[in-house]
Amino acid sequence: MGAINGVGAAPLRKEDLRFLTGRGNYVADIKRPNMAFGVFLRSPHAHARLNGIDAKAALAAPGALAVLTGEDVAADGLGSLPCGWGIVGKDGQPMKEPPFPLMAQGKVRFVGDIVAFVIADTLDEARAAAELVEVDYEPLPAVVGVLDAIAPGAPQLFDEAPGNLCCDWALGDEAATEAAFAKAAHVAKLSLTNNRLIGNPMEPRAALAEYNPGTGHYTLHSTSQFPHVVRWLMSALVLKIPEQKVRVVAPDVGGGFGVKQFLYGEEAIITWAARKVGVPVKWVAERQEGFVSDRHGRDHVTEAELALDETGKFLGFRVHTLANMGGYLSTFGPNIPTNLYAPLLSGVYTTPAIYCNVKVVFTNTVPVDAYRGAGRPEATFLVERIVDVAAAEMGIDCVELRRRNMIPASAFPYQTPVLVEYDSGDPVACLDKAQENADVAGFAARKAASAANGKLRGLGYSTYVEACGLAPSRMAGRLGARGGLYESATVRVHPTGQITVLIGTHNHGQGHETTFAQIVSERLGVPFDSVDVVYGDTDRVQFGMGTYGSRSLVVGGSALNKASDKVIVKGKKIAAHLLEAGERDIEFEAGVFSVAGTDRRKTFAEIAGAAYVPHDYPLEVLEPGLEEQAYYDPVNFTYPGGAHICEVEIDPDTGVVKIERYTGVDDVGTVINPMIVEGQLHGGVVQGIGQALCEAAVYDVETGQLVSGSLMDYCMPRADTSPRMDVSTHSTPCAHTPLGVKGCGEVGTIGSPAAVMNAVVDALAHLGVTHVDMPATPNRIWRVIQNATLPRAAE
Amino acid sequence: MIAFDYHKPSRLAEAVALLAGAETRPLAGGMTLLPTIKNRLASPAALVDLSGLPGMTVIQEGAGVVTLGALARHADVAGSALVQARLPALARLAGSIGDPAVRHRGTIGGSLANNDPAADYPAAVLALGAVIVTDRREIAADDFFRGLFETALGPDEIVTAVRFPLPRRAAYAKLRSPASRYPLIGVFVAETAAGVRVAMTGAGHGVLRVAEFEQALAKSFAPEAVSGLRLSAAGFASDIHAEAAYRAHLASVMAARAVAEALA
Repeated sequence: MGAINGVGAAPLRKEDLRFLTGRGNYVADIKRPNMAFGVFLRSPHAHARLNGIDAKAALAAPGALAVLTGEDVAADGLGSLPCGWGIVGKDGQPMKEPPFPLMAQGKVRFVGDIVAFVIADTLDEARAAAELVEVDYEPLPAVVGVLDAIAPGAPQLFDEAPGNLCCDWALGDEAATEAAFAKAAHVAKLSLTNNRLIGNPMEPRAALAEYNPGTGHYTLHSTSQFPHVVRWLMSALVLKIPEQKVRVVAPDVGGGFGVKQFLYGEEAIITWAARKVGVPVKWVAERQEGFVSDRHGRDHVTEAELALDETGKFLGFRVHTLANMGGYLSTFGPNIPTNLYAPLLSGVYTTPAIYCNVKVVFTNTVPVDAYRGAGRPEATFLVERIVDVAAAEMGIDCVELRRRNMIPASAFPYQTPVLVEYDSGDPVACLDKAQENADVAGFAARKAASAANGKLRGLGYSTYVEACGLAPSRMAGRLGARGGLYESATVRVHPTGQITVLIGTHNHGQGHETTFAQIVSERLGVPFDSVDVVYGDTDRVQFGMGTYGSRSLVVGGSALNKASDKVIVKGKKIAAHLLEAGERDIEFEAGVFSVAGTDRRKTFAEIAGAAYVPHDYPLEVLEPGLEEQAYYDPVNFTYPGGAHICEVEIDPDTGVVKIERYTGVDDVGTVINPMIVEGQLHGGVVQGIGQALCEAAVYDVETGQLVSGSLMDYCMPRADTSPRMDVSTHSTPCAHTPLGVKGCGEVGTIGSPAAVMNAVVDALAHLGVTHVDMPATPNRIWRVIQNATLPRAAE
Repeated sequence: MIAFDYHKPSRLAEAVALLAGAETRPLAGGMTLLPTIKNRLASPAALVDLSGLPGMTVIQEGAGVVTLGALARHADVAGSALVQARLPALARLAGSIGDPAVRHRGTIGGSLANNDPAADYPAAVLALGAVIVTDRREIAADDFFRGLFETALGPDEIVTAVRFPLPRRAAYAKLRSPASRYPLIGVFVAETAAGVRVAMTGAGHGVLRVAEFEQALAKSFAPEAVSGLRLSAAGFASDIHAEAAYRAHLASVMAARAVAEALA
């Protein structure tokens, strides 16, 4: 009998044997007899009228099977890609929601917009045929930045969205905020951009679709974080085929980070095309294709003001943000810079009045949607940067200013002025512990040592909170969600007492097969090795909303916990019968059902056996079998948070920023597997460092071309430039999730950019530098030093 | 990948004859050519694989000269005890090119023939006053590089070896682009029998010698001689990774660091 690995244990990950020995099963690995290959022909123009497509030469090319275009989509009456959130403007008007066609209809709106799908017997033939498709484009002026897009006379993407404005949205009490500013002793102001990012999961997106004319069933294998939602949206709204006739499988998926949590046109097109050409069709994105078609993240331009009294108490916070949506509304697009942004602007502080206005803007760029953190990194960066700006201006130490405004542990649950109520937390304790772990006391000596070497050292803080565990459906519905955000889990106990979990979340790097098995091992007292976890297949798993928003453990784990409860309840009924005792006298502990106060007992496996061989069984009142299912809808978001401290050293001769120390103390609630949590924190922090120091999606403002369109030009963080990290947890259990968990997938990415950039600004503060936009590339840092207002002699 | 013919000759004359064919390209390490073909940016009718030619990977010394066969791979040059002892700056440069995969496939001949404006090797070859040996002649480094991806090579001409005269001292310093890991600016300084020679890569228009640095270092071979020199930004390219003024500034910084290393 194997070991029980329950809550708090750190067994090695079940999934790693196959991943580390090359036995993973990714979409690109899957082959089917007679499989054809598809290539998407994409617009090379950022904005152009589409006057016609001539596919004759392409169709005559060797191996060519079909060239499908927007005309075919229209002729077959297919729907456009739905947006999952309908937000409402401050004037009460719903957002402008122009259709997002599967393939361009009359116009292309970004470089990468799909113009045709070319299918041939082999990939090379498909590529060759695609080059023969003649597209008559009439280029139009393009606009890529939000400031340009809302300017008078800007090129217009959609007739129905004048001024390229999708929605003029707001949250908070504007009048109360104005009043707070009226009595302020000091107002700190900050203008910044939050740089556009491209997720670049290791595995590019891919899909393989099949149609069985004998059954009328479609099967789509796709690199998706939420296969059930793909099936639902695609069958009901796009392809208009019965949902039960579509199977969506997301097998092993090599990273997502949000990039794979949307319904993409490619998924619907290839499913539709497989039926049209009569053979399975496969598509695997090239890396550079991913750059212009994977949904991008971030891309804000913001002006903010923080009102403080003479002691540094925050009185009010006023934020105006322009958020880039790109060329169309993606699945979660408008939700990200609004509902996942503004409610986080209170941070860990007692700011009594907050007002946030967000103008959501269309541009000729790849659609923007959720990317790890999604709205919350943008909010956290803004709050934590302006706190430092205010501290510097008022001559108050930035840590002291934070402490004067922090929500004390005793004040939880804490209702913010921006919608959310933090159920639990202890920001002060996280900060205390982080300062100790970071050896802040030794910083002055390290700074002096750097200075002796001609280097500039800085220390930066980020004390943050986020909202995750998406999401309470009723609240989400009020905010514009068009779907629910619960999760489901089934615990299938086999006759031998072995267990299969079927869960609606999706594991693409998070270690769910391990963490979820630990929950069941703990709750049912069964060996960790006895539990297998199944996900990612709509024909095997009952239902699910998938994995994003740090929701899998919070929502899916809670459903799993609830299903485990149900197994115990039924097991007790069976045990009561077998042990000839009252149900209420049955106790369940460590995998054994027993009659209280006696030595009469049945093991979990014996109960499972009895359920499937019901000879001695209360069949009149109890069904045979032992399998329970639960749906869980959370009552609130969860609010992980913490304190991050970053120490950088800048080489003023080159502008190179090196992270010398990185310390994080995070409150993620109850920790199931500390090794996995540490890995999630490491990965999250590295992604935040990527945003802070190197990543930037750059468009040419004249042509709308993505200039940073390859890994040669778009800088991802790498192992050799990532720091050693000291990450630990300081947990206050979540008050409303049954396991006390809060989620840990995004915290690192949310907390870290501000810590890094505050350290950069601190290192340069003696030059009069008050803000540096991300990414802090060597060139940018050098330029900031050149333009600095104070003489370099101050070094 | 688009279909092409593949030849692997075992004699130099045969390779030269094959290269006379239409749309025919020589293949050395393939670190630039193969990705270019895979991305359908080039579609040669035929490739002539040079790896079957004899004697092309030698690394040897003779009469104050180190000779590298054109197909010597970066990793072999970096790891060569001979190069490490006689031309340590070149060994270190070779060990800093690209990534391990590139270093185990890429060759010096391929790098020089390609003449990428941000390649490392051209800076060493130009600063050290090396001689490029081909199937038909010898070309001085000063005559070899002709700007962006252009060289003195004829279309069917094959580099067979590179001869490096040994300098008194030399060193290379660069700042890599964080994304591509190509140098944003790389500066190779050498004190040679013919005087101080300084070559710079990454400026944007192909490898070139820097007269300002050479004159300053001829007077005083010390970091301070160049660290204060400011080159005009007009000679440098601007792109999303570096503005021209920053590249011009880096040139001085890297030159000073190279000099310091050469003196170390």
